[in-house]
Amino acid sequence: MPFSSTEGASAGGERTTLLKDIEHLFRLALLMVIGVIVFILFRAAVIPHSFGQYGHYRGDAIKEIAARPIAFAGHQVCENCHTEVVEQKKLGKHVVVPCEACHGALANHAEDPASVKPPKLDTAVICARCHEANSAKPRTFPQVVTADHAGGLACDTCHQPHKPAIETSVKNVAEGKK
Amino acid sequence: MHIPVEGFMYPNEVELQWSVLIVLYPFITGLVAGAFILASLERVFRVQAVKPTYRLALLTALSFLLVAPLPLQLHLGHPERSFEMYLTPHRSSAMAMFGFVYLWYLMAVLLMEIWLDYRRDIVLKSRSTTGLTRFLYRLLTLGSQNISERSLRIDDRLGYLITLVGIPSAFLLHGYVGFIFGSVKANPWWSSPLMPIVFIFSAIVSGIAAVMLLYMLSTRLRRREIDIRCLDTIAQYLLYAFVIDFSLEMLDLLQRIYEADESFRSLDFMVHTRLWQSQVIVQILMGTVTPIALLGLTQILKLTETARKRIYALAGSLTVIGIFAMRWNVVIGGQLFSKSFLGYTTYKMGFATREGLLTAILLMILPFLILWVLVKLLPPWPDADAFSVSSATPAQGTS
Amino acid sequence: MEITRRHLLMLLPSAAVAWKYVLAGTPEAAPNYKLTEHWWGMLIDIPKCIGCGSCVRACAQENDVPEGYFRTWVERYHVADWKIEKPEVESPDGGKQAFPPNEESGGKNFFVPKLCNHCADSPCTQVCPVGATFSAPDGVVLVDKKYCVGCRYCVQACPYGCRFINPKTNTAEKCTLCYHRITKGLTTACCEVCPTGARQLADLKNPNDPIHEFLRTHTVQVLKPHMATGAKIFYNGMDGSVR
Repeated sequence: MPFSSTEGASAGGERTTLLKDIEHLFRLALLMVIGVIVFILFRAAVIPHSFGQYGHYRGDAIKEIAARPIAFAGHQVCENCHTEVVEQKKLGKHVVVPCEACHGALANHAEDPASVKPPKLDTAVICARCHEANSAKPRTFPQVVTADHAGGLACDTCHQPHKPAIETSVKNVAEGKK
Repeated sequence: MHIPVEGFMYPNEVELQWSVLIVLYPFITGLVAGAFILASLERVFRVQAVKPTYRLALLTALSFLLVAPLPLQLHLGHPERSFEMYLTPHRSSAMAMFGFVYLWYLMAVLLMEIWLDYRRDIVLKSRSTTGLTRFLYRLLTLGSQNISERSLRIDDRLGYLITLVGIPSAFLLHGYVGFIFGSVKANPWWSSPLMPIVFIFSAIVSGIAAVMLLYMLSTRLRRREIDIRCLDTIAQYLLYAFVIDFSLEMLDLLQRIYEADESFRSLDFMVHTRLWQSQVIVQILMGTVTPIALLGLTQILKLTETARKRIYALAGSLTVIGIFAMRWNVVIGGQLFSKSFLGYTTYKMGFATREGLLTAILLMILPFLILWVLVKLLPPWPDADAFSVSSATPAQGTS
Repeated sequence: MEITRRHLLMLLPSAAVAWKYVLAGTPEAAPNYKLTEHWWGMLIDIPKCIGCGSCVRACAQENDVPEGYFRTWVERYHVADWKIEKPEVESPDGGKQAFPPNEESGGKNFFVPKLCNHCADSPCTQVCPVGATFSAPDGVVLVDKKYCVGCRYCVQACPYGCRFINPKTNTAEKCTLCYHRITKGLTTACCEVCPTGARQLADLKNPNDPIHEFLRTHTVQVLKPHMATGAKIFYNGMDGSVR
């Protein structure tokens, strides 16, 4: 590495030009400029191309998030096939209850009804979620203390979930059983 | 891992988001800012008495600044993506902008100042050493061997300018960390315009104390005579900074107690129970009131040199512990209570996990290892090798 | 029989288009969805909520929400007489398995479903350092999990506690308003299964959406209005004690 003419200079040594005396600062500045340029090039190469499309984010993210597969088919889809259940529900209070609220996510069943069969439901668990007595529920909402009400029986012993109101004859049987 | 909850917390709040590593981070950057302010006392404010610690303070600042990003990287869910903060920084995010403040401070302030101050020594060492160290020094010279009088004078003037710019930069560095917390309106323990200022002054306190302790320790290890006038002056500035810091924190506390807004009852309960040890005992009593009292004593009474040195060592140690406790209380404390103000959770700190206690301990040891290497490469001692510009003695080719 | 039913399906245009995309799971949203034509929100009718937890379960199933974390949850409030500043609140497992039997009727008791408020002036998107979480042009606040670095600043900045870090992806996550459903003409999973209609998706830019009439005729609130987040989840009949 070439040494400057001021090698080992002390007070009263050879005179140097101003340029030589700030040469080291130029080297430093050059290093910094190179660093900045490298950074700019790296950024241009690496930054995702859809970034900034709609705002300060990857525009492609919107499409990716919207592309997620669906788990719940939606009651309209169920109703297109299961028309007899629709007719039954129309006669009772559960007409407003969506199918998948009890039956769970069934988009895969709707897509291929033959190979995907919905599981049988346990009414003792399912019905209690809505109808177990809780003072935070609206007072007009039908609720019971299931332990006292059913005496251990499963709810569908007396109630048909698609038309929950009990017919008189069924009621008598139920009273008998208790 | 079951986390015990008292009262009600929103379900997603139970687990703490920011761990002990995020406590370390403001602590470390605080030491950096504080050490730099101490260095600037001599360089800009011409407090000659503290000159013996000038270079040591700069090297201490650099050691801690180099370690500062590590707790952050270890905390991130995807550290391999962290460079995104430099590629697409979100200008409204204090965290993103801080990346640039950090970069500025490292490159344009600290490294430049150290390089300019040490350049003569670096050039001389590049001629006198051999092997790998020689290569290292030659690299640091950036290829220029010019150490003429004028070039050194230019370096000195530029260094002065950089320190001048460096003081607000140091304030910005740690003030920004304070703002990262202080700007979060969702968290009433953090949200305060005082936060950046409290952080800055507690940083100054911790930095000064740390350099003071390192100066005392290194002098003892080198078996040299300590400059008692230097030590006395440092302790004096530590006391001044402490008084300001304590006043600010008390102001915040008194205002909160008086205004008693909707969060107050919840926070008050938290301080009296979960934060009692760390806030009242460690931070306030042990870490603030005691050191202030001790340092105040040295100003009021005429004590012997030995007594003063012992008091400084004790006060300094308590200070550093107390400021760490302050960071803990801010970061962890801010996550122990529910934003519903109806409940509290618990911080379960792991030990040998990525964000555990062991990691924190190792991260705290690392800056001292780096400092040891720096001190070997660029000795900061004013007495051993007379290489400083102001000493005006001819260059000696020693290692 | 099935073929006939499928043909029936074709008569319902939006369902037909949506169904095609439901089946295909193709990466682009249904072609008739324009980002600028929608401004999404939700209406929650507190007097109708029965705390059955169907919404919590449905959301978890639809969105693969990990156990112990919640994109939506239900809280149960008990307010003793005039003490609205000191309610007793609980949310066992977020209300996922509904609530235990409770007949105690002293004071006032009710359920409050919570979710991301999809704030118009969202503090969480403000603090994201890299632009991984954002407010889409149709008003839904989303997280780009390929870009998120997992710094958790957004989780700290949310005043409502609706965000969490997914332990599998190590990225921030929260309610997406079932973006993959609403862009195909379907409603959100939580609104779909709600048996009482307590939760209703609302498109504030659609002049025919029933929410406009509802907002005109009812007393509604948003959560933490003093935070000025521009929350778009509107609560009908919400008590002053709700946090």
